[in-house]
Amino acid sequence: MDFKYTNDFVSNFWSLYVVVITLVSVIGCGVFLWMQGSVKHNPGQTTGHLWDETLAEYSNPLPNWWRWMFYITVVFALVYLAIFPGLGSFGGKLDWTMRSQYDAEMKKANEQYAPIFNKFLKQDVMAVAANGEAKEMGQRLFLTYCAQCHGSDAKGAKAFPNLTDADWLWGGTPEKIKETIAKGHDAVMTPKGTKPDMDAEQVRDVVHFVRSLSGLSSDSMRVQRGKELFPQACAACHGPEGKGNSDAGYPNLTDKIWLYSSQEADMIETVTKGRVNRMPAWGDFLGEAKVHILTAYVWGLGGGMKPAPAVAAAPAEAPAAQ
Amino acid sequence: MQSQATYNYKVVRQFAVMTVIWGIVGMLVGVIIAAQLVWPQLNLFEFLGYGRLRPLHTNAVIFAFGGCALFATSYYSVQRTCHTTLFLPGLAAFTFWAWQLIILLAALSLPLGFTTGKEYAELEWPIDILITVVWVSYAIVFFGTIGTRKTPHIYVSNWFFGAMIIAVALLHLVNSAEIPVLAAGILTPRSFSAYAGVQDAMVQWWYGHNAVGFFLTAGFLGMMYYFVPKQAGRPVYSYRLSVVHFWALIFTYMWAGPHHLHYTALPDWAQSLGMIFSLILLAPSWGGMINGIMTLSGAWHKLRDDPVLKFLITSLSFYGMSTFEGPMMSVKTVNALSHYTDWTVGHVHSGALGWVAMVSIGALYYLLPRLFGKTEMWSTRLINVHFWLATLGTVLYIAALWISGVMQGLMWRATNADGTLTYSFVESVKASYPFWTIRVVGGLLFLTGMLIMAFNMFKTIGAGKAIDAPVVAPAHAH
Repeated sequence: MDFKYTNDFVSNFWSLYVVVITLVSVIGCGVFLWMQGSVKHNPGQTTGHLWDETLAEYSNPLPNWWRWMFYITVVFALVYLAIFPGLGSFGGKLDWTMRSQYDAEMKKANEQYAPIFNKFLKQDVMAVAANGEAKEMGQRLFLTYCAQCHGSDAKGAKAFPNLTDADWLWGGTPEKIKETIAKGHDAVMTPKGTKPDMDAEQVRDVVHFVRSLSGLSSDSMRVQRGKELFPQACAACHGPEGKGNSDAGYPNLTDKIWLYSSQEADMIETVTKGRVNRMPAWGDFLGEAKVHILTAYVWGLGGGMKPAPAVAAAPAEAPAAQ
Repeated sequence: MQSQATYNYKVVRQFAVMTVIWGIVGMLVGVIIAAQLVWPQLNLFEFLGYGRLRPLHTNAVIFAFGGCALFATSYYSVQRTCHTTLFLPGLAAFTFWAWQLIILLAALSLPLGFTTGKEYAELEWPIDILITVVWVSYAIVFFGTIGTRKTPHIYVSNWFFGAMIIAVALLHLVNSAEIPVLAAGILTPRSFSAYAGVQDAMVQWWYGHNAVGFFLTAGFLGMMYYFVPKQAGRPVYSYRLSVVHFWALIFTYMWAGPHHLHYTALPDWAQSLGMIFSLILLAPSWGGMINGIMTLSGAWHKLRDDPVLKFLITSLSFYGMSTFEGPMMSVKTVNALSHYTDWTVGHVHSGALGWVAMVSIGALYYLLPRLFGKTEMWSTRLINVHFWLATLGTVLYIAALWISGVMQGLMWRATNADGTLTYSFVESVKASYPFWTIRVVGGLLFLTGMLIMAFNMFKTIGAGKAIDAPVVAPAHAH
C-alpha cells in the first residue's frame, strides 16, 4: 500500500479546487492589504462619523511595520506552499510528507540502535538475563511497552498478570515467555464454563468447590454439590483436579493466585459472565532483538523457569507439589 | 436633544449580573478540576470526577460566563450605537431566559454523563436544538436593531458582534449535525456524529478553532471596540486598520482549524493549509490589539488611576501575546513539541483569563454603574484589588503551564543511548505536580477576584436603582 501521499482526493477536480481556492485566498489577502494601504488618509483627523455621543474613529493609515509583517506572512505562505505539500495533490519541491519523515527517522534510528540490541541475539535468554547492560535495556523497554498493564514493578493488577512470581498462565520457560511476548495470546473463559444451563445457585456451588481447592473459606454443603458439577462445567479446560494447563492458558485453580480476585462475588461474576482477555502481540512492532531482551528481563524478574529438557513430559504429568 | 423612548437596559442588566454569577461558578469548577489533578482523591463520585467536570468547566466559562458577557455588552452597545431601542424586546427577553435554561441543562446533563464527546460542543442534541433557537432569536434582535438604526453608518463594534453571530450559527449547525440514538424505538437524548473518522476530526476542529476565533475573539473584539474608546474617552486609533483587520480576521480564521491535527491521519495538504493561514492570522489578530492600545495614545496617564482601563488594556496585552503564541504553536516543528502538553492548556488560558475574562470584567465595571443609575462602582479600590488578583492569577497560571508543558514535551522525546525512552509517561506526570499546584493557586487568585467583583456588584446594585436611559438622538450627519 502506498502511504506516501495521505490525501484522499477521489479525482483531479478536488485537487484543482483546493489549489485555486488556496491561491486566490492567500494572494487575495496581499492584494486586499495593498489596496487598503494605498487609500488616502488624514492622520489625526476623525472620519467625521459619530456614534453614541463620543465614539469616533481617526483616519490614521495602517501602521507600516504591521503592514510589512502582514506581507511577510503572505510571502512565507506562498514559499511554503512551493516547498511543502499544501496545493492539492502537488507534493511541493522537497517531496516531503509526514510519512516520509517518519520513515527516514525510523531508518536512521534503526541503523543507529539495531547493533546495540542485536548483539544479545547470539546469547541465550538466561545468559542475557544475567547481563547487567541487557537488564537495564530490558527495564527501559518494559517501562515503555509493558508497564501500562503489568505495572512499573511488573506485579500486575486485577486482570493483568503478575510477572514476578512463579505462576505462568502460558508457561514460564524462555521459549514460552518469548512466544507470549512476540505472538500475544487471546484468552476466553466462556460464561458458566461448559455447562451453560447452570442456575445461580449451581454457579455458587461450583464457586465454593473451587474455593475449597485452594483453601479459601467455603460452605461445605455447597462444596459437596459443586464437586459434582465441576467435572461437567470446568474440568474440560481446568483439568479434573483443577490444575489447569499452561499450554493452552488454562489457569490453575488450586494455587493462591487469582487474576480476577478471590472475593466470592468476583468469582461468581467470573463463572457467570465468563472472562475475555488479551495480551497483544509485540513481535512485528518491536522486532526479534527487543523481544529477546524483554524475554530475558521478564524471565529474570524472579519467576523464570528452566527450559524444558529436550524430551519433555506433558505438563499435566508434572508433580502436584504446591 | 433627547426623545422620550428609553434604551432596553433590563435584558442587559439580567445578562450582566448572570455574567458575574456564571463566572464564579465556571471558575470554581476550574479550580476544582485543577485541584483534582494535584490531589486525585478529590474525584469523589462519578458525577464529580475530572472527566465529567472538565467539560462542565469549559462550557460554563465559555458559554455561560462568556456568552452572558457577549449578550450583555452587545445588547447594550448595539442600541447605543444605533440610537434606537432593542428590536423585539420580547424576543430579547426570551434569549435571556432560554440561555439560562440551556446553562442549567448543561450543568445537569454533563455531570450525569450525557455528552457527544466533541470538545466545546459536548451538549447533546435536544440542547443543541434549543441553542439554535436562541441563537436565531439573538440574530433577529441584533440585526433587527441594526436594521432600525438612526445613523447612516454601522459602528465597528457591531461588525464584530454581527460576524460572531453569523459564524457561530454556521459552526454550531455544521459541527453539531448528529443522529439521535433510538433505543427500542424510543428517541434517547444521545447521538452519534453525522461524520466519521478524520472528517469528523476535521469538522470538530474547524468548529473548535472557530469557536475561539469567532465566539472568543471576534465577539470580544466587538466588546473592546465599544468599551475601550468609551472608557478612554478617545477616538478609535485607525478606521482603516479596523476595516483591514476585520475582514482579514474573519476570512483567515476559517482556515486555521487543521493546526489542531498536525501529524495525525489528516492529509498533509490540509495540515499545511492550517499552518500557513494560522501564520497569516498573526497580523489581523494584532490589528485589534494595536487599534485598542493605540486608542489610548495621548491619554496614557489615565492608566495610572483608572482600574477599569487597566483591565481593558491588560486584556489587549494578553490578547496580543496569545495571538502571537498561537501562530507559533501552529508551526509543525513547534507543534511537535507543544502538542498534547500543558503548553496548549496554558496558551488557551492566556487567552481565556487574560483576554476574554479581563476584557469582560472591564466592560462590566463600565456597565454596571450605568445600568443602576450610578456613575461609578461602589468601590474603586476593590476594582483595583480585583485587577491585581486577576493579573497575578493569570501570570501564575500561564507561566506554570509553560514550564510544565515544555518540560513534558522534552521528557516525552528524550531517549537513551540505545534509543529507548528516558522517561515513562508517569514520570512526566510526577514532574508536573509542582506546576499543577501553582496553577491551582493562580486559579484561586482569579476566582477570589471574581468573588470581590460580585460583592462590589451587589453593593453597587444595593445603593443604586435600575434605570433605563433615554434614547439619544444621533449627531447630525456631516
